[in-house]
Amino acid sequence: MNDAEKTIVELRDVHLAFGDNEILSGVNLAIPERGRVVILGQSGGGKSTMLRLILGILKPTSGGVLFKGHDITGMKRRRLNQMRQRMGMVYQYSALISSLSVRDNLSLPLEELTRKTRAEIDKAVDEKLAMVGMTEARDKMPSELSGGMRKRIGLARGIIMDPQLILYDEPSAGLDPVTSSVINELIISLSDAIGATSIIVTHEMESAFKIATHMAMLFQGRIIASDTPENFKSSTDPVVAQFISGDTIGPINEGTAKP
Amino acid sequence: MLQHMSSIVWLLIHTVEEMGDRVARGRFPFRLSIFFEQTERTGVGSIPLVSLVSFFIGLTMALLTGYQLQTFGQERLVPALVGIAFTRELGPLMTGIMVAARIGAAYTAELGTMTVSEEVEAIEAMGIGPLRFLVSPRVLAVFLLLPCLVVISDVTAMTGAALISRWAFDIPFRSFFDIALENVLIRDIIAGTVKSFLFGLIIGLVSCYKGLSVRGGAAGVGDATTSSVVTSITTVIGFDTLCNIVIVALFDK
Ligand SMILES: Nc1ncnc2c1ncn2[C@@H]1O[C@H](COP(=O)(O)OP(=O)(O)O)[C@@H](O)[C@H]1O
Ligand SMILES: [Mg+2]
Repeated sequence: MNDAEKTIVELRDVHLAFGDNEILSGVNLAIPERGRVVILGQSGGGKSTMLRLILGILKPTSGGVLFKGHDITGMKRRRLNQMRQRMGMVYQYSALISSLSVRDNLSLPLEELTRKTRAEIDKAVDEKLAMVGMTEARDKMPSELSGGMRKRIGLARGIIMDPQLILYDEPSAGLDPVTSSVINELIISLSDAIGATSIIVTHEMESAFKIATHMAMLFQGRIIASDTPENFKSSTDPVVAQFISGDTIGPINEGTAKP
Repeated sequence: MLQHMSSIVWLLIHTVEEMGDRVARGRFPFRLSIFFEQTERTGVGSIPLVSLVSFFIGLTMALLTGYQLQTFGQERLVPALVGIAFTRELGPLMTGIMVAARIGAAYTAELGTMTVSEEVEAIEAMGIGPLRFLVSPRVLAVFLLLPCLVVISDVTAMTGAALISRWAFDIPFRSFFDIALENVLIRDIIAGTVKSFLFGLIIGLVSCYKGLSVRGGAAGVGDATTSSVVTSITTVIGFDTLCNIVIVALFDK
């Protein structure tokens, strides 16, 4: 990444432990503005945890998390909530409020956090639903939707406040290949449409290479590689190479793989 | 145990803080629609259970004590006995237990399910304080409505007692209520009211805390719900005892 690019998020030597279980042990990562950064890593490796740190939901044991140059780790709740309004999170299982209709799910942040009028809110909701191609689902309840549809509503909710940063947790996990491609294309078009930076966490290589402008690999609590997708493909790092090829033998499962 | 207690106090403080932040920005701290939904569920929805149970307990109490007192020719003490017992002790206690089982369980299950499906976290991630948005209308609903339910409990219990006293001990309705009112002191009413508010607060906070701290999927929600009801009821009884000791020590010498 060249120095002229601004960074929107920066993790500085972040350590995080749940009890004795250290999940992140010194993560350093800078996310360039307007990029689509894919973070690769094993299941249970702490990818979702990293997103929670960026949102300020979890606090690191030590280290700094910077959003637009402000360290959010020691921030007062009121300031933190203002920061969060500039971020959008798309959850792995959508996390739509099950007691609210699709329309109310989308209008909730607008009603709670802005002083927009009813008409402006309705307009924003319709616009975002159109962007994800779900206009007809507006009056449905989340329980009436399929997994792929819910994911799209989750996407629409993630961008409802026109955030500067969108976080995606495993956006294509558990979807059929076609729906998964649709979601990938949506991620690209949405970030272009609202000019946002995207951080996408995944372990699916195919999606990763489709979306990424930049890639990083999380392994054993550290970022062991951070580079362009092209350089990632031709990486000689044994861990990265094994992750991309999906081999069962290599450094990732050292000691567990049977030769 | 102590850790839970401090977590619950923490929950109360942070909820109030979040509400304060919101008010400072010139907005109402929670959605009135959610508050009214909860008051309807907590208050109106609990009336049949509370009045039915109180009616029968009042009736039974009058009947049993009346027969004992009759052997000494003192059955005219029944109205005072039932009146004092309910306004000061049984009304708040029975209502507290019923509301803990009915509403506390519902709050825990609801918030627990929302926690497990990451809905609570999503609300937090959007920058909407989940405590003021989810917890404050629920706690406030049960805090404000438990005393109303206690009044209903007291009245239905007295009605049950009056009905049976007329039939079994020939005490006319009018004099039943007259005797009861003569003997119930303002102090009893204040004690009952203070207890009612306190129990409402306990039930609201315990059930919301248990819901928000659920871990481990559907089984976790089940465990939390059971634990919420047990904790609410024991805490209510514990504080009831404490209140009684304080009241007796201070006023009933
Ligand atoms: N709140 C928590 N308390 C304790 N352990 C947790 C918590 N959240 C996550 N973990 C643990 O941290 C590890 C990483 O989790 P996660 O970030 O969800 O992994 P990933 O998203 O990469 O699959 C897992 O082993 C998980 O059990
Ligand atoms: Mg995850």
